[in-house]
Amino acid sequence: MSHTTLATVLFLLFVVGTLGITFWASRQNKTAADYYAGGRSFSAAQNGLAIGGDYMSAASFLGIAGLIALYGYDGFLYSIGFLVAWLVALLLVAELMRNSGKYTMADVLAFRMSPRPVRTAAGVSTIVVSIFYLLAQMVGAGALVGLLLGITSDSGKALTIVGVGILMIVYVVVGGMKGTTWVQIVKAVLLMGGATLVTLLVLGKFGFNLSGLIGEAAAQSGKGTAFTEPGLRYGTEAQGIWGKFDLISLGLALVLGTAGLPHILIRFYTVPTAKDARKSVLWGIGIIGTFYLLTLVLGFGAAAMVGSEAIRAENAAGNTAAPQLALAIGEAIFGEVGGTILLAVIAAVAFATILAVVAGLTLASSSSFAHDLYAHVFKRGEVTEKQEILVARISAFVIGAVSIGLGILAQAQNVAFLVALAFAIAASGNLPAILYSLFWKRFNTAGAVASIYGGLGSALILVIFSPVVSGRPTSLIKDMDFHWFPMENPGLFSIPIGFLCGYIATRMSKEYNESKYAEMEVRSLTGVGAEKASTH
Amino acid sequence: MTTQHHDSSVYEQIRATDRFQELRRRYRSWAFPMTVAFLVWYLLYVVLSAFARDFMAIKVLGNINVALIFGLLQFVSTFYISWAYSRHSAAKLDPLADELRGEIEKADK
Repeated sequence: MSHTTLATVLFLLFVVGTLGITFWASRQNKTAADYYAGGRSFSAAQNGLAIGGDYMSAASFLGIAGLIALYGYDGFLYSIGFLVAWLVALLLVAELMRNSGKYTMADVLAFRMSPRPVRTAAGVSTIVVSIFYLLAQMVGAGALVGLLLGITSDSGKALTIVGVGILMIVYVVVGGMKGTTWVQIVKAVLLMGGATLVTLLVLGKFGFNLSGLIGEAAAQSGKGTAFTEPGLRYGTEAQGIWGKFDLISLGLALVLGTAGLPHILIRFYTVPTAKDARKSVLWGIGIIGTFYLLTLVLGFGAAAMVGSEAIRAENAAGNTAAPQLALAIGEAIFGEVGGTILLAVIAAVAFATILAVVAGLTLASSSSFAHDLYAHVFKRGEVTEKQEILVARISAFVIGAVSIGLGILAQAQNVAFLVALAFAIAASGNLPAILYSLFWKRFNTAGAVASIYGGLGSALILVIFSPVVSGRPTSLIKDMDFHWFPMENPGLFSIPIGFLCGYIATRMSKEYNESKYAEMEVRSLTGVGAEKASTH
Repeated sequence: MTTQHHDSSVYEQIRATDRFQELRRRYRSWAFPMTVAFLVWYLLYVVLSAFARDFMAIKVLGNINVALIFGLLQFVSTFYISWAYSRHSAAKLDPLADELRGEIEKADK
């Protein structure tokens, strides 16, 4: 049996299993709290695994392993930023958000503001961030399929992306948050299992000598000791001073983005209390941190055993390094059959990863459309739960279709890099408004609207006029050059702009609601009046 | 599923009590300085990666250099701060928050 057949069989098993879970979950979905927040009845450990499942995306698994394999140390920078970011979520956001919100990020932002403008802004920003993130996952799916099924034609890749898109729509539309959460849990266990297995095999091969592994990776990379130092990919000496600022911009976006990602924020609503939200983040940090330590070994292992030439030949951005490593290490230890099996397992796990994250993102953005834009803005709250959920399901279809289309268009980018852009946009558009509304008494409607549009808009504009979009051989549009912004990541400018817009607009408007802030503070710290778990 | 709707003035009264102010102080005086600390520590690492490459390249143990150790220390500090926060919450925040919530909900019935 070839690895293609085996991987397809394993992946189909995952699909059948998770579809079973999804339909089982759909029979328990009765209320809006069930659909949007899984009835708020997941345990802290379950939600912690689901947080890991939502967060350890194709970007983490394929993208970071690939960056480390090709550029050595610089890929590790991503892991560190992605992990430290969880402290912002743990210390400042998770519990307070669980206590004062209901289904979406906008619930917290609109708590003491004039609801319609704030919900509109937050809904728009949720959907934009989610679509950027979705795009990255879809590109990952396209990269995998070439290696996995031997499909290299553009139409074949496009077909895979369509398939992934349709599956995720089914998960979300049928299973809601409950089904999606279980898919995340299953996927997190599979991913941790797969990554641990390959890591142990790689370490075993090098006699559990980390220094030896690193030495071999550096030697095989053809870059010598530079491979183990920062600067091969970001802030290279050739890029000059702007390259170095770009590195700092990336670092800032990574650390401040997590607590502004809508699909992560709604995870805090799926547990019964704020205490459980805290515990689930602790579980999440443990799982995610361990996973990034594993990817360090995977990346160096791929550099040492596969070699950067072979990786680049398969996928120029490095997205296939981890599955290629699985094949190489399997062959080296168990012979040809072993390599085939290991490649199939890792490829199926990677597919499962993409599918699950994509489902989480679709849920977050369609929930925000239905709950924030449709129910509260268009219908001014005059809508039944049934209608609202119907709209949520329809918008899941539409968002799924949009991300399928965009995914087909953007095949040549590294997925970790695309995700970094989504983080920059989340950190600029969402985080300032979230922190201000939780902690700043004087914050008001004008400030919330200005910080969201200011941060989101400046991040988008800077990306459009950056070398990512035009002016370089690796740009999205190759034949034109309209870039004037020297950096790839906008965070260094757009995050302060988001904070500044919020501050200035707040100061310029006299409005603010003292008593609602008192209510928010008391509720967010004590948990009085927090949404309860459903009892069925 | 019920959500209590208090008169907003009730919350203002609670907010003005010494015990609530104490809860607020215990939360903020731990979380805010710690946030500043881990952000500074992380940004120091990022800035050194960009501007102090010779320092980061110093080999400490075999092929393991300062950059790698610095990166791994970020993992250690993240795990430690998470653990410390959960200890702080369990000891100093949860009992007081539970007490206040119990009283408010009791007064409600």
